[in-house]
Amino acid sequence: MTPTNYPALLVLAPLVAAIVCSCASWLRKTLCYPIALVGLVVSFFSSTVLLSRIIATGEEITYYMAGWSPPFGIEYRIDLLNSVVLVAVTAIALINLLASHQEVLRDAEEKSGTFYAVYLLFITGLIGVVATGDLFNLYVLLEITSLTSYALIAMGDPDRSPMASLNYVFIGVIGASFYLLGVGYIYIMTGSLNMMDVATLLPPLHGSTAVLVAFLFCMIGVWIKMALFPMHTWLPNAYAYAPIAAARAIAPLMTKVMVYVMIRLMVTVFGYDYIFKALHLSSSVVWLAAIAIVAGGILALGQRDLKKMAAYIIVSEIGYMVGGAWLGNNTGMTGSILHIINDAIMTFALFLAMGNIAFRTKNLRFENLSGLFAKMPWSMAGFALAGLSIIGVPPTCGFFSKWYLVMGGLEAGAYHFVAALIFSSLVCAILFFRVFEICFFESAPGDAAAHDHQGHHHAEVAIEEAPVSSLISLGVVSLLVILVGVYSGTIVQTIIVPFLG
Amino acid sequence: MTDFFIVVMAKYNYWLYIILMMIGLYAMIAKNNLMKKLVGMNIFQTAIILFYISIGYKIDATIPIIENAHGGGHGAGPLVIHAADYINPLPHVLMLTAIVVSVATFGVAMALAIKVYQRYQTLEEDELRMHIREK
Repeated sequence: MTPTNYPALLVLAPLVAAIVCSCASWLRKTLCYPIALVGLVVSFFSSTVLLSRIIATGEEITYYMAGWSPPFGIEYRIDLLNSVVLVAVTAIALINLLASHQEVLRDAEEKSGTFYAVYLLFITGLIGVVATGDLFNLYVLLEITSLTSYALIAMGDPDRSPMASLNYVFIGVIGASFYLLGVGYIYIMTGSLNMMDVATLLPPLHGSTAVLVAFLFCMIGVWIKMALFPMHTWLPNAYAYAPIAAARAIAPLMTKVMVYVMIRLMVTVFGYDYIFKALHLSSSVVWLAAIAIVAGGILALGQRDLKKMAAYIIVSEIGYMVGGAWLGNNTGMTGSILHIINDAIMTFALFLAMGNIAFRTKNLRFENLSGLFAKMPWSMAGFALAGLSIIGVPPTCGFFSKWYLVMGGLEAGAYHFVAALIFSSLVCAILFFRVFEICFFESAPGDAAAHDHQGHHHAEVAIEEAPVSSLISLGVVSLLVILVGVYSGTIVQTIIVPFLG
Repeated sequence: MTDFFIVVMAKYNYWLYIILMMIGLYAMIAKNNLMKKLVGMNIFQTAIILFYISIGYKIDATIPIIENAHGGGHGAGPLVIHAADYINPLPHVLMLTAIVVSVATFGVAMALAIKVYQRYQTLEEDELRMHIREK
């Protein structure tokens, strides 16, 4: 096999695995899990090969679907930015599959075949969105991702999840349709759908209103899909009522991939010159982002359920990335790109830990969390590390991207954005230490009864941990939270700085 | 008034798609019944499909099948193709995919609506909200 086929393999492996998986589920349910595993391992391997090759040669790798050369055919175009996002997506998808095997078996045994098939299609869609170099192909893959995520979310809590998913359908359709309209206007003006081709055709058209409308429609569509603050209402319920095995993949990946799409449209398709010189939007978008950060934090403070709290933290983190990208300088953009990777890892760690807790407690409301540090020391250690990273404590990865964002904000003179970032760190500190306090100092209700009987004797709390596979996954991801933090300088120097040029 | 009329009529296809889109959006936002919302969603998506179809159209043009392209004609010199004689097929082809997407979305959404109905015996949103709050 020639190395140029890796971009196709990346998308085809999970796609074929999804089809095989849904057929195999009629024969034997136990076949589905290994098939899914093979599909994602192949995909992960391809993405790492692509990343290492691109770093080594410094050139983009392109793949023409069915041999049709661009601008007529669909081009898959892997460069420094999307290769690193691809590695993050495939790695998280693979680790989540390993971690959630026990949960899927327990919660949805008769549906496990369907679950794995839909999950693989979801990952296929995400990988395609990141890898493609064609604007319309991106829309189609985006809809594959959305449709499968509606289905995955609806597999959760039977009382609430269908309604939450339906609300997500309505908003998601509006978002995707706006993006499609934007693509339509780009097509009217340039007659092309290939990103690189559009990028070369657009500069003479910068004064045109139709291009402005195209840009705004694309941006609004992407913002709705990523849940930027006033358009975030679908997210908390959808993520909180989804089955944890699916939420763990959807929460870190879906919104981050949409941020990637925004950055791709800004940097590659429309270009800095258009966005920051021809348009005068950046200051209002940075304001919007600052409001999103503050509002997400405040709404998170009002929650009494760990999953809902995490969902509002995601709303706040989206503000970080949008704001960083729109600051209009390379430092902010660096922070934004780095935060895509870091936030994906730390949100994943947080949701993994929450999944482990939910495996034992069933319910993540705050009153059920007391005494968890004693009961589940390893899961809680992972939870604490993810929390510290989201707050932004130095050795963890969350600190470094926040550092770039703050520096970018200062460079651009956007002090309200910097203030919002610092405010959000403080809010996250309150949020997480409140949870730590409940889990560490308050003893579980059962223990309190034991106290009364035995006087002041401290009853030994039996350790009830989650399955080993989930714990190992959490350990690996926690290690990544620290490693990516320690090597963030290397990541910036080898990937982001050459990409931004 | 006539000026305004001319401005509107010159680009009537855009005005039509915007009106349809707004009808769909209105139904999605204002209607109480989930089924009506779904229909609104479908109108919204169809409006965009019509927009794409209309931008490929040209007056007095025909479908893009080139006659005598394989030398089946009477051998009267090299074939000359005027792009203006043929409508642009690309937006139409794109919309085949978009129609598939919209049908699939409608199907998923209806399946979800059935699940909601089975659980709460209603599709009225205010009643659903009441049921959910009671829990």
